[in-house]
Amino acid sequence: MKTLYLTDTHLKETCVNKEFSRRDFLKTSGALVVSFGAASVIAPLAAAQGPFDTHPSHIDPAKLDSWLAVASDGTVTAYTGKCDFGQGMLTVQTQLVAEELCVPINKVRIIQCDTSVTPDQGTTSGSQSTPTNFNTQNLAQAAATAREALIGMAAQKLGSPADQLTVEDGVIRARSGKRISYDQLIGGKRFDITLNFGAKRRSPTEWKVLGKPVPSLDWLALMTGTFEFVHNVHVPGMVHGRVVRPPETGATVAHVDEKSVEQIPGLIKVVVRNNFIGVVAEKQWQAAQGAELLKVTWKPGPGLPAQKDFYDSMRRQPSRDVMLVNSKDVDEKLKAAAHILRATYSHPYQAHGSIGSSCAVADVQANRATVWSATQSVYPTQHGVSTLTGLPLDSVRVIFVRGAGCYGINAADTVSYDAALLSQAVRRPVRVQLTRHDEFISENYGSACVIEQQVGIDARGAIAAWDCATWSATFGGRPGYDKPGNVITGMLAGFNPETVTPRAAAEPSGELRNGNNAVPSYVAGCVGGKCSGGGSIRSERVVTHAVESPFFTGPLRSPLRLQNTFAQECFMDEISTRVKADPVAYRLQHLSDARIIDVVKAAAKASNWDARPSPRRRNPRTGMVDGRGIACVAYEGDNGYAALVAEVEVNLVSGGVQPKRFFIAHDCGPISNPDGLRNQIEGGILQGMSRALGEEITWDERKVTSIDWESYKTLSLGIELPAIEIVFIDRPTAEATGAGETAITLVAAAIGNAIFDATGGRLRQVPFTPDRVKAALREL
Amino acid sequence: MAAFSLKVNADVHTVDVDPETPLLYVLSDELHLRGPKFGCGLAQCGACTVLVQGEVVRSCVMPVGAVKQREVTTLEGLGTAENPHAIQQAFIDEGAAQCGFCLSGVILTTKVLLDKTPKASDEQIREALSSVLCRCFTHTRMMRAIKRYQARGHENSVLDGHTSERDVRE
Repeated sequence: MKTLYLTDTHLKETCVNKEFSRRDFLKTSGALVVSFGAASVIAPLAAAQGPFDTHPSHIDPAKLDSWLAVASDGTVTAYTGKCDFGQGMLTVQTQLVAEELCVPINKVRIIQCDTSVTPDQGTTSGSQSTPTNFNTQNLAQAAATAREALIGMAAQKLGSPADQLTVEDGVIRARSGKRISYDQLIGGKRFDITLNFGAKRRSPTEWKVLGKPVPSLDWLALMTGTFEFVHNVHVPGMVHGRVVRPPETGATVAHVDEKSVEQIPGLIKVVVRNNFIGVVAEKQWQAAQGAELLKVTWKPGPGLPAQKDFYDSMRRQPSRDVMLVNSKDVDEKLKAAAHILRATYSHPYQAHGSIGSSCAVADVQANRATVWSATQSVYPTQHGVSTLTGLPLDSVRVIFVRGAGCYGINAADTVSYDAALLSQAVRRPVRVQLTRHDEFISENYGSACVIEQQVGIDARGAIAAWDCATWSATFGGRPGYDKPGNVITGMLAGFNPETVTPRAAAEPSGELRNGNNAVPSYVAGCVGGKCSGGGSIRSERVVTHAVESPFFTGPLRSPLRLQNTFAQECFMDEISTRVKADPVAYRLQHLSDARIIDVVKAAAKASNWDARPSPRRRNPRTGMVDGRGIACVAYEGDNGYAALVAEVEVNLVSGGVQPKRFFIAHDCGPISNPDGLRNQIEGGILQGMSRALGEEITWDERKVTSIDWESYKTLSLGIELPAIEIVFIDRPTAEATGAGETAITLVAAAIGNAIFDATGGRLRQVPFTPDRVKAALREL
Repeated sequence: MAAFSLKVNADVHTVDVDPETPLLYVLSDELHLRGPKFGCGLAQCGACTVLVQGEVVRSCVMPVGAVKQREVTTLEGLGTAENPHAIQQAFIDEGAAQCGFCLSGVILTTKVLLDKTPKASDEQIREALSSVLCRCFTHTRMMRAIKRYQARGHENSVLDGHTSERDVRE
């Protein structure tokens, strides 16, 4: 079936696309698997995957040719700095380019994240890829620019006014019947124009490729075991490296006995640089044995703070403080309040814990380096490798090859540094595979947090003032362009991590900054007279304290947003219980943002919400009890909206918690790929359930003790699965927001509230282990 | 080092390695197979799963010398992109992957269970997968894919002729 659809651009072109069908896709998908075969990229630096000269100096995001090329066979190649880790960016960006250029999806090839080929788009993170590339700039605008430029060229060639031309599958036709294809117009040649910000985007109401449930382009290769991960990269002459990390946190090298491994066959070199140690051998098994057998004398580290007092000790540390809102009347309103309610919440360090321990391949020669890396940040990694190796920036190329799902900065960056250091030391390409232990003891964990909440409640039961203080532990982080010490390898090699410089908070100024969701949805969020919060409470104070962490930290899916939302949304439940209000109605009473209100109402409706105060007050002593809880968020203040209802069963004897059903209402503006979005939401909810119920980094006096999948508790595929019902709130005319982190933000809060509803026991510390559930029940 | 003859996915290979080398390293580094992957190296996650004479094996902890004459099958030996095995097709139909790194463990473990126990209960399926991890938590779709494969029996399938329930739902 063919569908005619019109755009309202000033060119008034008519663009015809074939209706996309799943069957069409499956017939062609074999050709669509974009794989970064190492064999094709080991050629010299200049001969890259792009059709033109490929060198960093040519990658200018203001130029259309940096984003798009039409080959002589009509294939469209698009270059993006936002890459796919399994969250679906490859597929949706392919849809985007096909949609804007009116070409079939199988004519589009996406090249992701290669410092010699793609524009520098920083880091693929923070739910920013869709806002960055799907709204009014970058890849979307490049594709729109190309379409208008091609129609303009065709108008001249065909001698027809542009508004009388139609486009179908990359072929432009005039009413006279004359036609010309994209490849005839530009195939193999440069556009040589800049991005046209007047070029009109196709409206979501006209979409034929975007907005459809396009199956992920990598599924066929993944399911049949042929997809190339970074773990599968093979470079001619490649040898294998393993690292030897300090066995205790902060330990430093006293002596390395290289003789202890000289009997290992195939051993090439023991590499020591400051406190960085690695072993290189011909084969992986030899390198693994070398790393295990190498005798290293370590000077002990400073020791670790006791885990049982850690949340208290965090609040006693010197801190870097930021005041996000301060109406300056909070103390006065609290004094005047009919009731005061206070609670303190805590959230542990958690691991990214990628299923595949991180891996990278580096080929560092005397005058150039190539690194195959699963980093989210090819350009920053290029800078880091340049700093570590001393090679000029222009001589370093970092090529993204997908690793295991990362959910933030797992060890992909640090293992890229490992590979670069080892390759430089032996002047051969080196593949480094971290062990599970290496990764668990020294990845950049999601931060531990303590959050203190306090409200004043007026005589009518409404919230009169909200006072919030948060503490988050931080050390290192993303290396960015100039901080290689922010991950373990860089620090061991002698570069300093970012630490906390204590600083008192200044009064808020500029605009409301709620990127970490430290400001509750229910306050007005007024800064400098402008109020952009989600709620109506005008007496508000939020202070954040960053304190130094004994462990490396970094962004983990919904960084700080999840921790803050857990505290706020559980506290909102505690307040509604205090005033004997229904948790949904009480939220709506204090919300003003229409998009949060809509998701709360939609989730409540979908779940057939049982409107009444919590808890249910049945006071059973044994057996199973069930309850429901809700939580909502405006992710980062304005980057996605969702409300989640959890229904759980609690075993009063064992303390076990079994989520039975989740209902989520989700609003991310126009939806690029509904099936991909469902996949992200389903995974986000279950990953959130795992983090809420079991995941926690543990340590003793000297070292991390959660070092494998037995000591770090994740939910296996053998669990009883809760049902998940999803309600999309589609807003085709809104800007596109992120969608990968919104759902997970709500899970701990919704489960915690449901446990309370079922039992009357309030869990204020994640994870909700059976022991903690039983302890909460004993307090009743 | 010693030369071994290894039968993998119906092909016979000769490799010259220390017999203590984990089978996974031989499959990945010597034979350049992409199905089995290094997840934990501790037999705790399943990403390295292969079949040895039809039995599920965690290849990260099995010395290659212990394989002997038995045939090794990896995820890519099950079916091809042109002709996926029915269980692979069920996973494609259900879109049961995000990063996809864990799939060897999920698909091969399930296949062996359902080959032996075609009418396995949900509890038996959960038990079989209780030491298989997916950190993207694509559990819901994977379980749907498993049920789809189980419901259709084990006949091989081809790409054409399938319609997805998802098409109807969306």
